[in-house]
Amino acid sequence: MLSYLHSYDRKIVPMSLFFLSNQLWAGQISSDKGIADQALRFFSLSDYSVQIVLLGVLFMGIGSGLMGGFVVTRKLSLFGDTLSHAVLPGVAVGFLWSQSKNSPSIIIGALIAGFLGVFLISLLQKTTRVRLDSALGLVLSGFYAIGICLLTRIQKMEFGNQSGIDRYLFGQITGLSVADVWGMGISCLLVGFITVALYKEMLLTGFDPGFARSIGVPVDFLQYLLWMLLAFSIITSLQVVGVILVSALLIIPAATASIITHNMKALLLWSAFLGVLSGVVGTFLSFLSNQLPTGPLIVLTSSTLFALTLFFHPQNGLLFKWLLSRGRDKKTSLENTLKAVYQELEKDNFSNDNVPLHRLAKRRRINMPQAHAEVRNLVQKQFGFLLTKENQVLPNEDLFSLTPDGWSEACRIVRNHRLWELYLTNEVQYAPDHVHEDAEKIEHILGDETVRKIERILSNPRMDPHGKLIPSQDDIEKGFIDKKVINLG
Amino acid sequence: MSPPLLPLEIHDLTVSYDRRPVLYGVDLEIQEGSLVGVIGPNGAGKSTLIKTVMGLVPTTGGWVKIFGNKGKKSYTRVGYVPQRESVDWDFPVSVLDVVLMGRFGHIGWVRRVSKKDRSIACECLEKVNMLPFADRQIGKLSGGQQQRVFLARALAQESDLYLMDEPFVGVDAVTENAIIELLRELKSKGKTLLVVHHDLSNAKDYFDQLILLNMRLIAHGKVEETFTKELLQKTYGGRLTVFTEIADQVAANLGSNRNSSASK
Repeated sequence: MLSYLHSYDRKIVPMSLFFLSNQLWAGQISSDKGIADQALRFFSLSDYSVQIVLLGVLFMGIGSGLMGGFVVTRKLSLFGDTLSHAVLPGVAVGFLWSQSKNSPSIIIGALIAGFLGVFLISLLQKTTRVRLDSALGLVLSGFYAIGICLLTRIQKMEFGNQSGIDRYLFGQITGLSVADVWGMGISCLLVGFITVALYKEMLLTGFDPGFARSIGVPVDFLQYLLWMLLAFSIITSLQVVGVILVSALLIIPAATASIITHNMKALLLWSAFLGVLSGVVGTFLSFLSNQLPTGPLIVLTSSTLFALTLFFHPQNGLLFKWLLSRGRDKKTSLENTLKAVYQELEKDNFSNDNVPLHRLAKRRRINMPQAHAEVRNLVQKQFGFLLTKENQVLPNEDLFSLTPDGWSEACRIVRNHRLWELYLTNEVQYAPDHVHEDAEKIEHILGDETVRKIERILSNPRMDPHGKLIPSQDDIEKGFIDKKVINLG
Repeated sequence: MSPPLLPLEIHDLTVSYDRRPVLYGVDLEIQEGSLVGVIGPNGAGKSTLIKTVMGLVPTTGGWVKIFGNKGKKSYTRVGYVPQRESVDWDFPVSVLDVVLMGRFGHIGWVRRVSKKDRSIACECLEKVNMLPFADRQIGKLSGGQQQRVFLARALAQESDLYLMDEPFVGVDAVTENAIIELLRELKSKGKTLLVVHHDLSNAKDYFDQLILLNMRLIAHGKVEETFTKELLQKTYGGRLTVFTEIADQVAANLGSNRNSSASK
């Protein structure tokens, strides 16, 4: 620990990250206790230091969650990241000024550096051709480099060694003092106050700043207010998660919330809730294992919650969407097989009431095992049944026959297809050879009401553009196609 | 008796972006209860004119008076419909939220939206046939529907002067008719409307006055007097190329090194 920044310029940064974590929660936990014991100790809040840390994490979660809600919806995520890196030189200078790690001069220094960063970004925007993303990257890396140099110098000074200033880089929750928690509390209170009192104005300036200006809302003032709060919120949580990860506290809960809801109020509430949840869980995990640092565990918890939401959210989750589209594909496939049965029956002029499976396979352009699987699905839905042919010539020469339910479903699909083709040629002036592809898709989604409307428009037609019979409601109810009608056609 | 205050009075207005002049010495007086179309070629400063009136763009010379007042005093009496692409359609707001924003000028700081504001917003949505979509996220609408929501928001402002920036862009014929009906209805109630329009083919039918603009005011008056071949040629024709070239030179010589992204 002591040698950590001495070796800074020789060793790579991530190495020291593990190094740092060794002393977390030290002195509170002896490693021979069981997980249940430790969980009890954590959640009973009997330890003073656990109380302090949890209070801090609570304020931090709410504050950054709400702040993140504003930042992410305004597409300023990278802005938060830049600001968090830009404050580092200010932290170092503030420390040099007071030579103490718990001093308001660090916060003041950080605020000044943050504003200098923001000022530089807008200066670059106004006077040069540099685009916003480049300006953000420039300020981020430039300020961070200055900060690292200063911190390295500090570590080499005699008072610097034991200062613990390095916690601003990677975060260290056990060092949290009551004063730090006060800072987080005030920051959280300010953000909460703005959220409640100026919700209306924040919503308006986020969505449509031009309109906001036109009704006299001071858009620039609100923007600077937001940046100031953002800087304050970042600085106060810096000691818990460190410069590099602090923007994750802003971005991840809000990004998760934006999957869950499209309503700003709900988004802010969810974001704050997720901020607190990941803060508490991350802290608990680091309490359980002596080996891992709190900041990264909070961020990992938060990312896990994001991934879970992304996949398993009941409406917007990827899993749900995948299941939905799979269900649709299955239904389409089933309906196509029914249509194929109908077409094969039609080919025989409806003289048979069954179809050999190999003809179905051929028409649907699938192989026999697939055809068997399809037919099994139909049988399961009681749309049809299998007959085994006597005197089989070929193996697997099964015959498929429709039940009345299957018949009416097959007729419905064919009717949809042919009505739509006719509608396209007669009413939308498509060429007859252009309509089949479209009807292949539309047949599966036409509702009864639309079908009736089309029938009315076309005055109950019997023939499709290719001269084939459109099965009518009568045919469906009778359960067969009258051969006379076919002959007439 | 003193004459009634003009809804909009503009005197010798000059506006530049990055020192490149966009509007030169524009004088305008708009009478109460008129439906005015602003037409002119691309880059003629049509949107700039409206944005300047709304105080969104700084002036380099001249002044604007709204109902006799300079500055922000009369902004509650002005309704504004910005171009549709000027906002972030992914933002988590519902259709009703957006229309309620039209009430914010009346509600004031910190105070909350009242039931009365809500019912006004719903009435305005009803007028543009968008009430069934009230809870829909704003991005999940078609272009025409989005435009109608913007219009409903302007209606909710209950203003006396309306400034609209290309409300007919990206809108289907049905919506276009609905919008123009609404504009006429507002006019018949004594409201004043200034509408930026780019389609010459129907400008004659839609408006009763026209402003022909190409960096400077070419003409302003009744449609019969302004929609003439001669004036349109003057607006759209090449006679102003020298004027434009000079403007470019002015910009170059004064050494502005910023791109023109702000001018859109």
